[in-house]
Amino acid sequence: MRDTTQTHIVGTPALRKEGIGKVTGGARYIDDMALPGMWHGATVRSNIARGIIKDIRFGAGIAWDEFVIVTAKDIPGENCIPLIVDHDQPVLVESQVNHPEEPVVLLAHPDKARLHEAVAAVEINYEPLPAVFTIEESERQKTIVWGEDNVIKRFLVEKGDVDSAWQRAAHIVTGEYHTGAQEQLYIENNGVIADWSEADGLTIRGSMQCPYYIHKALLRVFDLPAEKVRVIQAETGGAFGGKEDYPSMIAAHAGLLSKKAGRPVKIIYDREEDLAATTKRHPSRTRYRTAVDGNGRLLAMDIQVDLDGGAYATVTPTVLSRATIHAAGPYCCENIRIRSHAWATNLPPHGAFRGFGSPQTIFGIERHMDQIAKAAGISPEEVRRRNFLAPGKTTATGQEIRDVIDLPGMLDRALKVSDYEAKHLRFARENATSSPIKRGIGVASFMHGAGFTGSGERYLNSLVGLEADATGHVTVLVSSTEFGQGTNTMLSQVAAEALGLSCEDISVAQPDTQRVPNSGPTVASRTTMIVGRLVQDAAHALADILRGKNLLGEIFSVTEFRAACAAYTECFGALRAEARYQAPKDIFWDDVAYKGEAYPAFAWAIYVAEVAVDTRTYSTQVVNFYALQEVGRVINPLLATGQIEGGVAQGIGYALYEKVVWKNGRMSNNQMTNYIMPTAVDVPNIEVYFEEMPCEHGPCGAKGLGELPHDGPAPAILNAIQNATGINFTSIPLLPEDMYLRMAETPEPDAKETAGCV
Amino acid sequence: MRVMSAAKMHWPEIRFKVNGSERSVSVPPMKRLLDVLREDLELTGVKEGCGEGECGSCSVLLDGVLVNSCLVPALQASGCEVLTVEGLATNGALAHIQQKFLELGGTQCGICTPGMMLAAESLLKNNPKPDLDEIREGLAGNLCRCTGYMRIIDAVRHASQKPLLAEEQAEIDAVRR
Repeated sequence: MRDTTQTHIVGTPALRKEGIGKVTGGARYIDDMALPGMWHGATVRSNIARGIIKDIRFGAGIAWDEFVIVTAKDIPGENCIPLIVDHDQPVLVESQVNHPEEPVVLLAHPDKARLHEAVAAVEINYEPLPAVFTIEESERQKTIVWGEDNVIKRFLVEKGDVDSAWQRAAHIVTGEYHTGAQEQLYIENNGVIADWSEADGLTIRGSMQCPYYIHKALLRVFDLPAEKVRVIQAETGGAFGGKEDYPSMIAAHAGLLSKKAGRPVKIIYDREEDLAATTKRHPSRTRYRTAVDGNGRLLAMDIQVDLDGGAYATVTPTVLSRATIHAAGPYCCENIRIRSHAWATNLPPHGAFRGFGSPQTIFGIERHMDQIAKAAGISPEEVRRRNFLAPGKTTATGQEIRDVIDLPGMLDRALKVSDYEAKHLRFARENATSSPIKRGIGVASFMHGAGFTGSGERYLNSLVGLEADATGHVTVLVSSTEFGQGTNTMLSQVAAEALGLSCEDISVAQPDTQRVPNSGPTVASRTTMIVGRLVQDAAHALADILRGKNLLGEIFSVTEFRAACAAYTECFGALRAEARYQAPKDIFWDDVAYKGEAYPAFAWAIYVAEVAVDTRTYSTQVVNFYALQEVGRVINPLLATGQIEGGVAQGIGYALYEKVVWKNGRMSNNQMTNYIMPTAVDVPNIEVYFEEMPCEHGPCGAKGLGELPHDGPAPAILNAIQNATGINFTSIPLLPEDMYLRMAETPEPDAKETAGCV
Repeated sequence: MRVMSAAKMHWPEIRFKVNGSERSVSVPPMKRLLDVLREDLELTGVKEGCGEGECGSCSVLLDGVLVNSCLVPALQASGCEVLTVEGLATNGALAHIQQKFLELGGTQCGICTPGMMLAAESLLKNNPKPDLDEIREGLAGNLCRCTGYMRIIDAVRHASQKPLLAEEQAEIDAVRR
């Protein structure tokens, strides 16, 4: 093992690799590109939730002979976008529509301006079928819309003996919590350009997270061999999970149009289409029944997790898996049962969004811990302190914690930096006055597993490459994509560190399936820990190749490295090293029993939110936010801080602003004017603190942190609102109208529940 | 298209100054300034995020005033001076605001960055020494989904700390008196 504590590049705020292009306007996103002879494509979608297509009419007044028209009949291969489940959502509906905004017909025309009225002129007639729109309707099973029972996926996690614990309990605390759908709201809408040629097959350029997911999907849709499909990522303007799987669909659409038109075709969604038609975070309902002893210690947890999966499986089974595994929080309890279901509905399929199921269940457990505290007569921070996981303790899946984690110490630090105690007392005093502004402070503690769950990384079997040219300039070859989170910079720092070079000596190749190996999808907080480690390994392998030819010593200078690269390339040609994922030997996961090491490592966090609730307008402002996390070694403190702040802001939106309004399965507020995300005046000062305990699995001790910051803000904020108002709000988003309705039901909080009395 | 090129003959010429250069285009007068900049002048640093004036990605300065170019018809820009992100740097040297966005983490995915920097330019032009609340207000018309705004606010704050030009200081002093 090389020494990972002394670093010269890792741990510094190296400049963003692609930053110059982004601040000068030179960065080329997909809508900034055009290919010669390119046409534009558009999608005709279903306007009912469920039904059988009777006929499709192309209305009068449109010169249809100028258009290329594609239907399901034009698909050369399978009419399906396979990801986890085979025979899942179709590329284009053949006969049965299963959700609003489902793609039915594709149109292409040289003039983009002509497409809008053409789409409107396609009339689809249906024989409607009954539909279901909520978890509750789906679980009632009166209308079956998926399989035999509407269940897309279920899990059962069992630890100890839950049923025998209730009689020993001093308190039994129950609670039910709800979270709404949330839109990823990347500011760059989805888009691709497809270019078909008989000789070369299909080339896709686009905004995306996972080039090889698209590659895999297109092989089947177009019935092509691997070398006939090429996928290239353009600069991507935000993703957050929203460009994990849906770009495969758009790529298939543009590809079909391009094949039939015999020319490149670009499809760029406008905001309304992107909001209405593409994936969102799964709505959830979590139910907790917990047995607690007289000291507030958890004796048993019986947990039900239910997600609304939408009309097709897509990524839902793995979202449910992550939701399930995170449902018991960072707490130690000997008796846990988690029963989880993903229910099919006739909404557009819900998909990946930062956190991937865990924000839903962490909202549940972290709201519930505050109710346990109240029942046990201790403070919210104390109930957490008494139940924290610690080294040697086991999680719900029986995973023994090996991280040298000190959650009580982290809690102390979070309370100190937020001046929690003093504020808690002051708010209680001030809230007792007649001031219409009620202030509160709340805590959430949580963990987030880095990398694919369980055996996922084994299946991915990721590969990375590294090339050095004769001047010693190194290029990192990965399919891991940059979409703002800092992949390019982080991987450059890791490679530079491993080879004793500077960041300027490293480039990251544009993700292009014809050039880069499959380093796996850019999801699941895996890029730093898993791919970063492989880049580090490949860099060491590159140096070893040079040493193997006696061109480099064990310790070397930049000049020696460059000379060695020059000598090697002259004598032996291209200098290239690879590294493939090797599962840690002490990680074991049982996919059937759902037991074992769910993740090689967890990131840990304590967040504190401070709110002001205006009891006249029912509006809540987050006044201060404190985010303390342990993420292993921080590779780039500036980018890491930016990731945390951005995730917290999205979490604030999730809690207080962002409401998807559904009408017969369709998002009815599909505009930025009425789906509201936080602005610069809505986001408070966010103070970010890191604890760094090197982790053996990541490069230089780093773990993943991308999703973590979305997990904690919503429960911390609602815990603070309960502290301010005394009311146990259990659903998010909590907009002023929601707060009004709840407070109208319960005008005066119970005296014992008011802030500061516990 | 045949029909389009025939109609094109009748479109009036619109002249305006873009990033310091005189430009003229023959486009439908109600064509969005956003599309004129992106399609006719190939200034693709101007981005479209929502098409309804909510996100600010298409922000440009029109005679020094911050506007959403998706809401401005081309005709309205006639005779005006337009500044886009491409006009911020001079002779390849980054403008102060660009340098601060780059150094201080003000850009992540980059799609809001051009509009955000122009909002910052507009703010600092009108208020060279804004406090934090004024910075937040000044950027409130530009949405960023990546950063949580903290690094952007920091970049603007640092950009505002450059030594003022003599005439800028005189202007502030005049207001304060």
